[in-house]
Amino acid sequence: MHDADKHFYGNGLPYLKVGPLKGSLIVIEGTDGVGRSTQIEALTRWLEVQGYGVVNTGWTRSPLLSETINEAKAGHELNVTTFSLLYVADFADRLENQIIPALRAGFIVLADRYMYTAFARNAVMGADAQWTRKLFGFAVVPDLVLYLRIDVRRLIPRVLESKGMDYWESGMHLKLGGDIFDSFRRYQARILREYDAIADEVGFVTVDACRSVDAIQQDLRSHIARYLAGERPARRRATAGVRRQSAATLRTAARAKMR
Amino acid sequence: MNGLSVRHPYPGKLIIVEGIDGSGKSTQISLLHRWLLALGHKVFFTEWNSSELVRRAVRRGKKKDLLTPTTFSILHAVDFADRLTYKIIPPLKAGMTVLADRYVYTAFGRDVARGVDSEWVRNVYSFAPKPDLALYFRVPIEVSLQRILIGRTKLKYHEAGMDLGLSRDPAESFRLFQSQVLVIYDELVREFGLDVVDATADINQQQQQVRQLVADVLGLAKGERDARRG
Repeated sequence: MHDADKHFYGNGLPYLKVGPLKGSLIVIEGTDGVGRSTQIEALTRWLEVQGYGVVNTGWTRSPLLSETINEAKAGHELNVTTFSLLYVADFADRLENQIIPALRAGFIVLADRYMYTAFARNAVMGADAQWTRKLFGFAVVPDLVLYLRIDVRRLIPRVLESKGMDYWESGMHLKLGGDIFDSFRRYQARILREYDAIADEVGFVTVDACRSVDAIQQDLRSHIARYLAGERPARRRATAGVRRQSAATLRTAARAKMR
Repeated sequence: MNGLSVRHPYPGKLIIVEGIDGSGKSTQISLLHRWLLALGHKVFFTEWNSSELVRRAVRRGKKKDLLTPTTFSILHAVDFADRLTYKIIPPLKAGMTVLADRYVYTAFGRDVARGVDSEWVRNVYSFAPKPDLALYFRVPIEVSLQRILIGRTKLKYHEAGMDLGLSRDPAESFRLFQSQVLVIYDELVREFGLDVVDATADINQQQQQVRQLVADVLGLAKGERDARRG
């Protein structure tokens, strides 16, 4: 396909002979409940109909870690460091055992969330922004990041209509005060602020997710089609350690403390 | 993130031991533990890779050979972060002495020998506080190998670096892998100022050196250093 010269976000995986990665890594980012999985399902079918091999991967789906993460979340025993590291382990497992092999074999990998989710969540939890970014120094930089952007006001009814507000997605672990509704609103507002800062830092392609499922899908398809036709979005080659911290990151880091 | 350059702010003391398998560090730390208890100290002991949080994932990963050098490294960091939060910091806050069998330097040695980026793994562990005393038990590879072969019939798979496919013979694999770890430990001694103990010396002789260093760190007066009988 394109871009045989994929590069790593930091120093990569020195022990691994990665070789040329013929496939394409396309990431769909966006907060909890914004509709990522619905969109990815439709995109997968659409790409397969066109004859592309597609592999789906998603946050916390690694066979090695998903059970541990779910158990730990149920027990509420995680702090910001263990929380961050467990997700990095999940990511590393999927990257090495799933994403890189698929890219080698020429598949389109559609990733439901990528390291940017950790950037946003960790910042809101008060983790050091540089620490988080350097954790992902072994990550392959995606070819295309499509960011489903929504505001909290429109996000709330969407979440309530589907599976409801969940403890972690409402940031209850951060003890933001009030009930789950207030906590959700405050937590997600902070997450969205971080996403916006990261979108700017990394150069996401932002898609307005306040619209209908079909309208969003059409937008996503046209961006992917343009990418597959050889067009490249302006992407900043931000790498770990050389990034300036956004004002929002610094503010939330100073304010939010977990436990 | 202090990157291990800043000592913790707590009233307790953190004493850690490092060294490859067969260096005798576990024997030494257990003798130290006995002595401190006999002196009437409040002591908490913790060892590498012992937290419940990732026990299942590590066991499954090892059994099915699912671990890569990176996931191996991160899982041990989760273990460490969990123990730091729940096991190490509370006793330090309470003014106790914490004895740790292996610390972050183990990761810096083994994981880098496995091929992970050394800068990356230092960042992973940059939340760790600097110990009050870090003892490195230096031993030649053949001595440690002999000790292991006498004591146990089988070398541990990952400890021998069998996951790297260096050799099919566990003893040879151990020799190749841990020799690299030893080279890195020597660099860590300089980088982090670890106190070196000659681990080929008599057990008792090593223990006297260890107790001397610990007594200095804990500020024990001369008269306090002898454990009363009974």
